[in-house]
Amino acid sequence: MTLEIIGISVLWLFLFGYVIVASIDFGAGFFNAYSLFRGKQHILTRIIQRYLSPVWEVTNVFLVFFFVGIVGFFPKTAYYYGTILLVPASIAVVLLAIRGSYYAFTTYGGLRQKRWTYLYGLSGLFIPASLSIVLTISEGGFVSETSAGLELDYWALFTSPLTWSIVVLSIAAVLYISAVFLTWYANKANDEPATELLRKYALIWAVPAIVTATGIIVELRDHNPEHFSRLMDLWWLFGVSFILFAGTVYLIWKRKLYGLAFGLLTGQFFVAFFAYGISHYPYLLYPHLTIYDGFTNEAMAIALIIAFIAGLGLLLPSLYLLLRLFLFNKDYVQGKRDDHA
Amino acid sequence: MGNEESVFFSRVLTELTLSFHIIYATIGVGIPLMIMIAQWVGIKKQDEHYILLARRWARGFVITVAVGVVTGTAIGLQLSLLWPNFMELAGNVIALPLFMETFAFFFEAIFLGIYLYTWDRFENQKKHMLLLIPVAIGASFSAIFITMVNAFMNAPQGFDIVNGQLVNINPILAMFTPAMPTKVAHVLSTAYMTSAFVLASIGAYRLLKGSNHIYHKKALLLTMKIGLIFSIATAVIGDFSGKYLAEYQPEKLAAAEWHFETEEGAPLMLYGVLDDGEVKYAIKIPYALSILAHSNPNAEVIGLDQFPEDEIPPLYIHYLFDLMVTIGMWMTALSLIYVLGTWFKMRFVSSKWFRWLIVLGGPLSIIAIEAGWWFAEVGRQPWILRGIMRTEDAATSSGQVDLMLLLFAGLYLVLAIGSIIVLTRMFRKNPVEQELADRELEKEGELQ
Repeated sequence: MTLEIIGISVLWLFLFGYVIVASIDFGAGFFNAYSLFRGKQHILTRIIQRYLSPVWEVTNVFLVFFFVGIVGFFPKTAYYYGTILLVPASIAVVLLAIRGSYYAFTTYGGLRQKRWTYLYGLSGLFIPASLSIVLTISEGGFVSETSAGLELDYWALFTSPLTWSIVVLSIAAVLYISAVFLTWYANKANDEPATELLRKYALIWAVPAIVTATGIIVELRDHNPEHFSRLMDLWWLFGVSFILFAGTVYLIWKRKLYGLAFGLLTGQFFVAFFAYGISHYPYLLYPHLTIYDGFTNEAMAIALIIAFIAGLGLLLPSLYLLLRLFLFNKDYVQGKRDDHA
Repeated sequence: MGNEESVFFSRVLTELTLSFHIIYATIGVGIPLMIMIAQWVGIKKQDEHYILLARRWARGFVITVAVGVVTGTAIGLQLSLLWPNFMELAGNVIALPLFMETFAFFFEAIFLGIYLYTWDRFENQKKHMLLLIPVAIGASFSAIFITMVNAFMNAPQGFDIVNGQLVNINPILAMFTPAMPTKVAHVLSTAYMTSAFVLASIGAYRLLKGSNHIYHKKALLLTMKIGLIFSIATAVIGDFSGKYLAEYQPEKLAAAEWHFETEEGAPLMLYGVLDDGEVKYAIKIPYALSILAHSNPNAEVIGLDQFPEDEIPPLYIHYLFDLMVTIGMWMTALSLIYVLGTWFKMRFVSSKWFRWLIVLGGPLSIIAIEAGWWFAEVGRQPWILRGIMRTEDAATSSGQVDLMLLLFAGLYLVLAIGSIIVLTRMFRKNPVEQELADRELEKEGELQ
């Protein structure tokens, strides 16, 4: 295994972590806003506040870790993606700011305003949409390199069906992941009405999630044949992913083993996410940048990997403690304890 | 938009983001230590007031942290979005502390979540306090790692450039530049100092606004003592920073002090105006600059005459430097008088006018932090990486920076207004007298 592969695997793993934890967060905010809109807010708010409030900053760090890490391991991405993404990434930051300020002002600060709750809910859909555009851009065809620098062709980007399929997939996946997780969490909290409602959401959003995912593979055949053929070489991984998907839906449908259902879902996304990532290899940005010509020097790569291992040694026990106190602590989950400062 | 405009707007946007972020960042680094000290004193003295102090500070702190997370994410991304050429180079050499900073923050965020949501969960108060140690360590190490990157920009080392290629890269050497020790120490001690004075300012304000509770008096004395200790530390570190600058960045020191001609026994100029290259109306302290730079009244201090015109920072940094130092001195004196006055039971320290001075100290300390960072950043110009890369060559070629500037200005405005409203509401709705009474009731309930 080369240093390049180790570097990109670490980053991809953290991005996967972000996809899962952030999806739970984004989707929960949307369901919360939606139920406020439908006048059923009491069902979800408690569940959402109990789980999300202590962990949202941790969620955000996954993203920061990814973009700091990619500039560390692949400094050329700072030049390529930094130049191209000024507008989409700035918009994503503003949307993330709306979420952060919701926690700051509403949850911690007691400023209860419907406007914030709606903004918070909608930002949960727009953030994955704006971040997923990066994946579309990485497929190539939207960036031109001229003597004046790099240019992103917004018109081509926003008229491409690929862009919009990926946007829809990101939103459907967010809602699906979130609904499955929250079904499990609500069930642990012995909250019958919330479990039923979230179970319904999980089943509804399973359909568009799998349909758009399949659709994107088909669209890549025209957009980026090279990537498509590499995807096809990995067809069996996508097969495994689909079986895991079917398992999740079955368990949710039968109201059985919600914890295992969430485990299968994580497996489904893990396999699909890595299959996509492997097939994208070696390109970071088709056709301009590969992981080999964008890689940092050997000394820095080794230093970063050592720092990463040391950091993990510190983080994993702390994360375990956090989960034990808030996710796996029955009293806390069921609302019998509230020791907020 | 031409490239010159891109550079200009990139600078303005970065300056705006950093100026806004540094308020929350400074508080974020300093307050965990204050909470820890208050809780520790409370446990030691078995004094409910200090414990409640810690608890109420923690409640306010979490709001500033949340906003700090948001602005920190913004600056983290903006570095790559606005300065892609710089980050490409920096990524190769100084990525290590940036990377470790995310770990430090990760660590802090996890334990902050736990700390906030586990008040009263432990039988033993001390166990709960222990959770704060990783928060304080994480916060301070975030500052240390980020300041290492800034130190690197001022005194780059740990690599060579041969034919335009980076070679011999040593990430550890790049972290431990000559600028690092004084810069890191200065950032940390001023963060603690500022946080203490901001909290003191709040306590003094409550006392002025009618609440004569002993709780606020305890808070005020504690924070003024901490502020005094760290302002003395800051003054000592400031002296070392002067010596660092004289040795490694003489142009920055010379521009800050309006020291034009290289000379021995150089005087220190305070304030004044520039008239055709002549310093007028300044307070001149003979030999002081030589002492600051080399601990020797007769030592030679390099002046701006040694540098080409296009490598000299803007001369207005003189005022930023003076403002920072003046406020620092003022706060040292103010806290010293307060602490001594309290010890010797002098009446005037609890007078209205003195308390107003303490109230004023909070905003003044924040202004000093701003002035200090503007001085640090503008004083490095025209370089983004001193001697290696000019700021104008580092900026993005994108034409939409001006729009993004408007977008972020709007965002920061909302965040600023929001945090002020929420923080004042939070403490007004639940005054400390009320909370103390509630806690008494709760305790009686438990005993029965």
